Amino acid sequence: MTQVDHKTQPPLVEVRDLAKLFDVSSPWLNRVVERQPRRYVHAVDGVSFDIEAGRTLALVGESGCGKSTVARLLVGLHAPTRGQVLFDGQRADWHERSARTRALRRRMQMIFQDPYASLNPRWRVREIVAEPLREHGLVRDRGELDANVDDLLRAVGLSALDARRYPHQFSGGQRQRISIARALATRPAFLVCDEPTSALDVSVQAQVLNLMKDLQRERGLSYLFISHNLAVVRHVSDDVGVMYLGRLVELAPKARLFASPRHPYTRMLLDAIPDLHMSGRPRTPVQGEVPNPLQPPSGCAFHPRCPHANARCRSERPAWQSLQGIKIACHAVEEGRI
Amino acid sequence: MTLPPQVPLLEVERLRVEFPTRRGALLALDEVSFSIAAGEILGVVGESGAGKSLTGAAIIGLIEPPGRIAGGEIRLEGRRIDKLPPAEMRRVRGRQIGAIFQDPLTSLNPLYTVGHQLVQTIRTHLPLSPSQARERAIDLLRQTGIPAPEARIDQYPHQFSGGMRQRVVIALALAAEPRLIVADEPTTALDVSIQAQIIFLLKRLAREHHAAVMLVTHDMGVIAEACDRVAVMYAGRIVEIGPVQQVIHQPAHPYTRGLMGSIPAMDEDRERLTQIDGTMPRLNAIPSGCAFHPRCACVMPRCRQERPELMDAGATRAACWLLAEGAV
Amino acid sequence: MAEFVPDPQPPGPSVVPEVAGFWRRFLDGDLWYSFRQSPIAQVASLLVLITVFCALFAPWVAPHDPFDLATVELADAGLPPAWLDGGNARFLLGTDEQGRDILSALMYGSRISLFVGMAAVVLSLLVGVALGLLAGFAGGYVDAFIMRVCDVMLSFPAILVALLIDGVGRALFPNAHDTLAFTVLILAIALTGWVKYARTVRGSTMVERHKEYVQAARVIGVAPWRIMGRHVLPNVMGPVLVLATIDVASAVIIEATLSFLGVGVPPTSPSLGTLIRIGNDHLFSGEWWITVFPGAMLMIIALSVNLLGDWLRDALNPRLL
Repeated sequence: MTQVDHKTQPPLVEVRDLAKLFDVSSPWLNRVVERQPRRYVHAVDGVSFDIEAGRTLALVGESGCGKSTVARLLVGLHAPTRGQVLFDGQRADWHERSARTRALRRRMQMIFQDPYASLNPRWRVREIVAEPLREHGLVRDRGELDANVDDLLRAVGLSALDARRYPHQFSGGQRQRISIARALATRPAFLVCDEPTSALDVSVQAQVLNLMKDLQRERGLSYLFISHNLAVVRHVSDDVGVMYLGRLVELAPKARLFASPRHPYTRMLLDAIPDLHMSGRPRTPVQGEVPNPLQPPSGCAFHPRCPHANARCRSERPAWQSLQGIKIACHAVEEGRI
Repeated sequence: MTLPPQVPLLEVERLRVEFPTRRGALLALDEVSFSIAAGEILGVVGESGAGKSLTGAAIIGLIEPPGRIAGGEIRLEGRRIDKLPPAEMRRVRGRQIGAIFQDPLTSLNPLYTVGHQLVQTIRTHLPLSPSQARERAIDLLRQTGIPAPEARIDQYPHQFSGGMRQRVVIALALAAEPRLIVADEPTTALDVSIQAQIIFLLKRLAREHHAAVMLVTHDMGVIAEACDRVAVMYAGRIVEIGPVQQVIHQPAHPYTRGLMGSIPAMDEDRERLTQIDGTMPRLNAIPSGCAFHPRCACVMPRCRQERPELMDAGATRAACWLLAEGAV
Repeated sequence: MAEFVPDPQPPGPSVVPEVAGFWRRFLDGDLWYSFRQSPIAQVASLLVLITVFCALFAPWVAPHDPFDLATVELADAGLPPAWLDGGNARFLLGTDEQGRDILSALMYGSRISLFVGMAAVVLSLLVGVALGLLAGFAGGYVDAFIMRVCDVMLSFPAILVALLIDGVGRALFPNAHDTLAFTVLILAIALTGWVKYARTVRGSTMVERHKEYVQAARVIGVAPWRIMGRHVLPNVMGPVLVLATIDVASAVIIEATLSFLGVGVPPTSPSLGTLIRIGNDHLFSGEWWITVFPGAMLMIIALSVNLLGDWLRDALNPRLL
């Protein structure tokens, strides 16, 4: 049997060399008087990945690695400096105000981290959940609107009676459910979830994660799941991408990544997690801290902290490539040194 | 002062903390009792609203008014500290109790150098000359793992990274050789790789200085790594307390079991996480009897009426009527 | 086979505790409690209510109509207040040099003053909030430009700005009838006061803009101006309303000042300021009541509105109790 791609469909989401530069220079007057150069932060520096329909890709990394920025680039909250996002094989040009872009917005929605700031405190739950329906003209009259809202609230485990309440009457976990209901209103195929459970207590987090898994199964959703919590990521994801200082360093199916991490940073990260069940793993002490994003190291961004760095690592940025069934950017792995 | 071995360093007995409001007093801590021995690390874990930070604040004597201690006793090295006048408490705080808070950014005064803050704290509590205090400060920085302490002692907090700042805060907490350290979510604001470093440091220093540590956190992973014993709090009460291994692997209380089950594990795959339906009750709506009974799968009629005390359950103690019935 | 249509289910129980109706919640709430605890707020609001009532219903409440020439008799001129020698119970606070009842003149006068004051505040609210929203939301050059305009406006004393605009108005329309004169006056006062609303709203807008509910609206595809108006605006109005309450007092005083100087309301509709000016001329002939009572009235209005605004600002501040 030839190596025919079992995926006859293109992936739902394709990201090619996505990058975002933020200008953090001082104001013009300061620059002129103090003779400072313009300064930029490469929040995202050339990221490429695919997400298949019905699957969950998780992006993990520590603070400042750019994972939240990637999420925002995907839904158009930031304009990319270079690179492109393809959805169902078509380019997503968010700046263009066209029917195509509007249709795209219906298919792709986002859930945010802070349950207290994601809902307008002055609006009732009904208005919040109905907003996408109204905006895209998906309902004809008030009756249809109410029926839709009630359906959505029930789907996330709330009651239709909750529609006339205000957000402040709900707890963090319940608010996050309302956010999910809002995101599902336009029947999207793809949800970007930016740390949706990081602000929730552990038992509430379990409720929301179970809900998200159920919804994925029922509605065939695909998720991009951003998190810094590796245990949660292990629970929800199919594939995991590890980011460091704006770049992807490793992307592999979940089981592979957790069982045999290849990239030195992934290994370091997995080693550092406080171990609840104390498997008695011998732990290598962690070196150093994440460098200042304004002055990223040359070559491979991880080389100052890497036990396997050599001269090539210091000068040449490793290419993002497929190796042995995973994607990785590491000279040492490529050269077979580890 | 050395204590006879059977007197714990910190004893908290039936502590009650309330917040008077115009609709009546809200009881935020309800008969909390525990003790910590010298050199031991006790974890206090619970979800938001359980009262764990408040317990730490009560011990340090920094409850925000109008909240106040309404009953019970707190004894440090045998001496009562909950009813001390403010001036006395100020001396105790800092000299005998060191505190580490969550956000290293706001724990340090941005206007003074790190050295200045350290020296000031040292000289407030210990009779040392300025140069001796400075020597001690440099030594403390070295102990907490800050490289080149002689140079960094004169730097300002904003010149340190997050993890380094937290090390400085730890140094500050240790400055006057306290007997007890209260750490409130010391690693929550830090990256995972730094968390591991800080936990390791805290454990080492506690052993070396033979101090007792009360580690308040919501993160069970940190508890598993750092603590000897752990107390699980719910709605202002302790529902289970015991050695860390026992509580994590053989929890006796239904809430603890639910909690352990809802944490995704690194070493196994489960389709669904254990879900405890409902939420922690608000302070003005605490259920009668056992506070957990509305959410408990094993609820009995007795649970709705009588509040259980902590009872023996093998190596741990848990507040659950199931243990009295022998039905576990 | 017929398609299975599920029965519409009765809604499951709500996940949050049942909430009482609006009035019950208001009476139980912190705002009403704070009001009951504060005698100053009670007195101030009582005074404001009385003043507004008298002003609104002056034609029916006032004992006389001071501007109906048929009822005004010179014989009644110069009478002192009723409790003094020579006073007349028909004219409780005395009469002026033409025989007009001071009490009635007060009511009609505060009517004018309050009308001008409130209209000016509403106008400056509209302008200030709109510009503040725009500056906070658009950022960049738009924000910088609007803020520089604010800075320039703040460097002029309010009275001077009002005088200037008033003067220009009079020069442009020398024979303006009353309505136009009123409009120019309201405009003049409004343009002195919009800056504080713009600044407050701009600050709040910049905070709200970064919150996730605004970002969620952007992801849904809502147009920016709709986000501004439907999402951000309701959340930034709180502090503005408190400012507006206190602003009414200062608007009334500015109007009184301008009228006192003779460049405010037209003489056919005397406001409190006009009355004070008229009375001023007679101060040294011993007829003090003609100027003192309008002055006292002005002070009562300004003070009670200010105190009410102060209480409101403190009461709306979130606190534990």
